[in-house]
Amino acid sequence: MSKDSKTVSSDKAPVEDGSKRDFLYLTAASMAAVAAGSVAWPLVDQMNPAADTLALSTTEVDLTPVEVGQAITVMWRGAPVFIRRRTQAEIDAARAVDMNALRDKETDEERAQKPEWLIMTGICTHLGCVPLGQKSGDQKGEYGGWFCPCHGSHYDTAGRIRKGPAPKNLIIPPYEFLSDTTVKIG
Amino acid sequence: MKKLVLFAALIITTSPALPAMAAGDAVEPPKQDWSFSGPFGTYDRAALQRGLQVYRNVCAACHGLKRVYYRNLEALGYNEAQIKTIASEYTVQDGPSEEGEMFDRPGRPSDKFVSPYPNKAAAKYANNGAYPPDLSLITKARAGGADYIHGVLVGYEDAPEGTELLPGQYWNEYMPGHVIAMPAPLSDGLVAYEDGTPETVDQYALDVTHFLTWAAEPEMEHRKQMGIRVVLYLMVFTFILFLVKRKIWADVKKKKKA
Amino acid sequence: MASGKREKFDNPVVEWVDSRLPIFTMVQKEYGVFPTPRNFNYFWNFGAIAMFMLVTMIISGITLAMHYAAHQDMAFDSVERIMRDVNYGWLVRYIHANGASFFFIAVYIHIFRGLYYGSYKQPRELLWMFGVLIFLLMMATAFMGYVLPWGQMSFWGAQVITSFFSAIPLIGDSIVVWLRGGFSIDNATLNRFFALHYLLPFVIVGVVFLHVWALHVTGSNNPSGVEPKTEKDTLPFHPYYTMKDTFGLMFFITIYAVFVFFFPNSLGHADNYIPADPLVTPAHIVPEWYFLPFYAILRAFTFGINIYLLVGLAITALAVFPLFTRAKGKDIDLKSMGVLMAIAGVFLLGGYFSQLELASGDIALPLPFSAAFVDAKLCGVLAMFGSILLLFVLPFIDTHPNRSARFRPWFKIGVLLLVVDIVILTICGAKPAEGFWVPLSQIGMLYYMGFFTVGVAFLSKFEPVKDLPESIYKSVTDKPQKTVAKG
Repeated sequence: MSKDSKTVSSDKAPVEDGSKRDFLYLTAASMAAVAAGSVAWPLVDQMNPAADTLALSTTEVDLTPVEVGQAITVMWRGAPVFIRRRTQAEIDAARAVDMNALRDKETDEERAQKPEWLIMTGICTHLGCVPLGQKSGDQKGEYGGWFCPCHGSHYDTAGRIRKGPAPKNLIIPPYEFLSDTTVKIG
Repeated sequence: MKKLVLFAALIITTSPALPAMAAGDAVEPPKQDWSFSGPFGTYDRAALQRGLQVYRNVCAACHGLKRVYYRNLEALGYNEAQIKTIASEYTVQDGPSEEGEMFDRPGRPSDKFVSPYPNKAAAKYANNGAYPPDLSLITKARAGGADYIHGVLVGYEDAPEGTELLPGQYWNEYMPGHVIAMPAPLSDGLVAYEDGTPETVDQYALDVTHFLTWAAEPEMEHRKQMGIRVVLYLMVFTFILFLVKRKIWADVKKKKKA
Repeated sequence: MASGKREKFDNPVVEWVDSRLPIFTMVQKEYGVFPTPRNFNYFWNFGAIAMFMLVTMIISGITLAMHYAAHQDMAFDSVERIMRDVNYGWLVRYIHANGASFFFIAVYIHIFRGLYYGSYKQPRELLWMFGVLIFLLMMATAFMGYVLPWGQMSFWGAQVITSFFSAIPLIGDSIVVWLRGGFSIDNATLNRFFALHYLLPFVIVGVVFLHVWALHVTGSNNPSGVEPKTEKDTLPFHPYYTMKDTFGLMFFITIYAVFVFFFPNSLGHADNYIPADPLVTPAHIVPEWYFLPFYAILRAFTFGINIYLLVGLAITALAVFPLFTRAKGKDIDLKSMGVLMAIAGVFLLGGYFSQLELASGDIALPLPFSAAFVDAKLCGVLAMFGSILLLFVLPFIDTHPNRSARFRPWFKIGVLLLVVDIVILTICGAKPAEGFWVPLSQIGMLYYMGFFTVGVAFLSKFEPVKDLPESIYKSVTDKPQKTVAKG
């Protein structure tokens, strides 16, 4: 080994059979990228709802005890769901509304599968408070539906926003009637 | 190389010493040919279903399975309706209701297996002070694993001459210390199988152990299948990196030789 | 740090950042062109591997903490929920649980490397001491982490380890109560262990930073133990060692993955899948494998030591110490040595009489404190902590001018025997403390202690000093076949 032979330059290996080398580097780099992605996914996914949480994401409600004109509140996915058995007067009032008067234009037929049963999440679409109107003594707002005490949003008997800061109607969760008296929410 | 030797030495010397195998006069239970052992192992759905049947008809009288949900039975090959039916055969205490009372209702898929006793003290009291452990983790919680559980289930024998057993004690070949408080739970023909599988103690023991192994490690199939892909990938990747490393070091090595 | 001259980067964004905070310059300097001895073998991979394991443990640990409940009624259930319900929860938990073992494997090999090649020696003493500190912090973190699943081994392990402190005279019991936050291991203990288990890894990160900083001041040791002299002795860290480390790391990860996916519980205890029960003690309480040698040392003391004997032995050690450490050509102060030996003799004689007194029951001499024994428990605890603290002072006991065991054949035998000794102690620690295992672990402990005190001091003085190769470069080129074959 002669003393004057050059020492290896700082960051580049000498170029020889470059294509083989490039292929190797490319393979290694892409395999590293795939590996990193595969490791990242479980770490991200573990923050999604777990199996036990998902198992509770549907709930079945027995409607037998609810009288006409009454409302019940059930918990679904950690939030209240309003179920109101509406009177004929309330249904008529909801259906008589002129579409142009609505901020979020939805007909009552779109909002209730069965006219008698109005089912919606009890979360004000403004900032997430729970509106009043479920209990007989509650303030129901100017339109006879629900009233949110936080910032004064008024909802009508179809749960549509009529007055106040809320931008949208109360949200209808996915639900289906398993029988005349049982409804599955979620 | 030395590193490898050292590593191997560490693993070899430490791992057999690790399981806190209750020593003494315990007899090593015979190894069974489980479908779930080995890196490619999977559960046998039919065995799992039979095992569930044995658990529900026999073990469940005293032993809980509280970490398993009815919905988990999907892994045994049941569909949603079947699971709902199984769950509804159990009575679950729920509440409090609006009146503030606890009430009973039929089980739902999202419920856990109902334990036979409300708490540990009640379980002990009903069994002369011996606690029938919850079985959700039993194959992981015993050093011998599935072989040991199977061994205990089939290991009932007459006590050898001169052994004094107190009332409520039984002789078992594979139980550490040989004395067990559980009477032999299985007998031939105890549970009626629908698929024509022999209704013997050994078959019951194999099936229920299969089921309990699943109950303890429901993730096992997923884990092993993922493991094979991961390890193969890593081996290829490591080899590629070896080539890269050799390529990069080629000039250094060459100069050395010169 | 780097306020000196700075070369410009071509990339404008990089340049913009670097001109304000020269972080790219630093990385370039410390990990790009950093001159690294060219003759590393694969033992030098384990620093990077340990670093990777630390990061893995922190990431998987934070993930687990998102689902874990540190309460005695919920801890076990929450861990099982992670295993069964959380998406990929079983994977993250097995990565974390086996990761502890693989972190220790990496660190033990790393420590062995340091011992064998004399990396602890001048000028790297502080670097080594930071390393020992990291090791201590790791042990504390691992122990507290093992308590969190709140299984039977968790509970009883915590019981045993916290009980160590009751060996401290007078205030021991109060310390134990203080550590536990109660009169037994309970919810308060679990909560504080969780808090500290979360905190300590970040303390480790801090000390690792100091460890690496110190490393970059002195530069790395190497298998020949000869400091690099010219540019020919070194290679730039990148790409040579970045790639070599990555390759070694992936090899290590592959083995780690085999454990995670196929033998996830083989390094643990079946008993830890039984929820903690303060009324039932497991048949054998065994710590995790990485603590077994120290556990064996703890249990090796089945006897106490008479306080006279202890003081006598300590003074003897002090008296003979200069024999080993004196500089060449310097005379020993025989007078002070004689005085010390005389005092030691008095104490040893006192020890003899009080032992006699203990054996026969007769009072031969009315000695004060003759019943003051340092009991077996305290001896065991002191020996166990001492066995780690010895590592701290090792750089000052070993004064031999040759660094690497390659040029110290006697030391080499001593170190390799130490590895065998530790393996024996590991086995002893896993076995019940009875019969033949007790004397075996006593011999094992004696060798361990003896090696780091008398052994190393003796070798420092009497092992012949060998001629070292002129340079690293020379040491490599002199035996080309061997190095090339290693590939």
